[in-house]
Amino acid sequence: MQVGTGKSILNGIAIGKLKIYKKKDTTISAAAVTDTEAEIQRFEKAQAKAIEQQTALYEKALAEAGEDIAEVFNIHAMMLEDDDFVDAIKEIINGQKKCAEYAVKTAGDNQAAVFAAMDDPYLQARSADVEDIAQCMLDILQGVDTDSLQGTEPSILVAEDLAPSETVRLDKSLLLGFITREGSSNSHTAILARSMNIPALIQCKEISPEWDGKMAVVDGYNACVYVDPTPDLLESLQKRQQEDRKKQALLQELKGKTNTTLDGTTINVFANIGGMGDVGAVQQNDGGGVGLFRTEFVYLNCKDYPTEDYQFEAYKQVVESLAPKKVVIRTCDIGADKTVDYMKLDKEDNPALGYRAIRICLTRKDFFKTQLRALLRASAFGNVSIMFPMIISLRELRDAKATLEECREELIAEGKAVGKVEVGTMIETPAAVLIADDLAEECDFFSIGTNDLTQYTCALDRQNAKLEPFFNPHHPAVLKAIQMTIEAGHRHGIWVGICGELGADPALTEVFLRMGVDELSVNAKSILPLRKIIRSVDLSK
Amino acid sequence: MKEFQYTIKDACGIHARPAGLLVKVVKGYASTATLEKAGKSCDMRKLMALMGMGVKQGDTVTIKVEGDDEDAAAAAIEKFLSENV
Repeated sequence: MQVGTGKSILNGIAIGKLKIYKKKDTTISAAAVTDTEAEIQRFEKAQAKAIEQQTALYEKALAEAGEDIAEVFNIHAMMLEDDDFVDAIKEIINGQKKCAEYAVKTAGDNQAAVFAAMDDPYLQARSADVEDIAQCMLDILQGVDTDSLQGTEPSILVAEDLAPSETVRLDKSLLLGFITREGSSNSHTAILARSMNIPALIQCKEISPEWDGKMAVVDGYNACVYVDPTPDLLESLQKRQQEDRKKQALLQELKGKTNTTLDGTTINVFANIGGMGDVGAVQQNDGGGVGLFRTEFVYLNCKDYPTEDYQFEAYKQVVESLAPKKVVIRTCDIGADKTVDYMKLDKEDNPALGYRAIRICLTRKDFFKTQLRALLRASAFGNVSIMFPMIISLRELRDAKATLEECREELIAEGKAVGKVEVGTMIETPAAVLIADDLAEECDFFSIGTNDLTQYTCALDRQNAKLEPFFNPHHPAVLKAIQMTIEAGHRHGIWVGICGELGADPALTEVFLRMGVDELSVNAKSILPLRKIIRSVDLSK
Repeated sequence: MKEFQYTIKDACGIHARPAGLLVKVVKGYASTATLEKAGKSCDMRKLMALMGMGVKQGDTVTIKVEGDDEDAAAAAIEKFLSENV
């Protein structure tokens, strides 16, 4: 097995035979011509034909990849008519009395060099577009048939580089992926591959002519290619590819659709995230928002207390990239199994029932206010809801809300922008379930944290492997607690969601729907499978 | 001659696509149009020259239009810029 590495431009897997895409040697001789007028006409005919081709490629790209990408070929057509470019070519034919091929190649190389020398990476990448149009004219002048280079079998193409017009011309039913030695991720070729969903590896220096005809896997996730992969590796990557395909199929089928049951009940399916790194997955899986943004990472990633500005940037990034979607942010849940040295928390005999989460926040008010101020400032950039974890009494909710209000007034007095936020209570203790009516009167939503709720309701430590035989994730007491919470919330007109692991359990989706849950917040990869279930349930039966 | 200034708001600046469309707008008029930025200038009928100016977000460019239909041409260019970049 041989491994090549490069830059991946699409997270996907391509498996198949490699095919070296070999361009005809296009050495251009500087042949002298006597009849310059006839040579100018040869050039003009090639130019007209090239413009025609680019227009046809525009139509093909429009159908395969959409308007934005297709526009590249309109630009190409306009470049082919560019006065300076055309004048430079004619000048070489007339002045130096050289053939059209030489003139096109020279003028093209010069113009490409101008772009390549610019500071801006976007404009540097445009030199590939100039080379592309020059090559199109050269192929026409030399009578090269570019369509025959791909072969007739489905394959992963291996090339020194691919021009945008070459990429569009390729027969997609035979194109499994491609690998190039050159290319930039800003190139129109890369953009095309992305929009056509073709796994591709660029800047792969290991490319060798010996690869032709060999079995290979392009692993876009790890930006590498395995030539002659071992059977084990091949099998695991085939599995990954199948999973991708399943997900793709589900996405094709369900993307953009609502989470509505057959009888017309619609709920929200949101994502649980731990930071900016998960935002891409929320978007790829068509998440309607975020139902649980765990903020522990800001504490766990720091060696000392994270500042307000640091936290503000971290929250703002997430909130802004998902706007106008709702982002429910849970305040600090440090303690128990999640600890940091700088907070100097005492070692406890029973940490699950100890000094953690809101209990720390309400006794270390400055610490709490730093986070609340950062959250409020971030709320000006999108749709933020704040929820408090581990609540067991109405007084705690009131104190937390009062602190939040204090922060809001401070920020307004300082002239800082603050958005509107909903305030919610996490229901994860039996105490909160039993006083849910009182809590519902003073907040905007509930979110049920089923992991802790199960642990506290059943008095079962979820970290203790010995307790496995006693653990029933569908314990009727837990389900009853969830039902009581939903009913209490609805009595007071607030929405109720579930953000623990149970929310993603497909065996319970219908149960939760019948209880009247308003939102399920799950791992991004569970969003579409849940949507599929929801859309097949009929609550009227 | 008509002259005006414009500051680019689009994050990508006058990249390939708007440059191509801008050339089309200018070619619809008989007047000549030049774009100036930091002492450099180019003929706005020429796509590659226009792209080569590397006009970015925040850059202020001066547009000069001269010819029989300069009023209409300048108005069309200004409208295009304000709507696209």
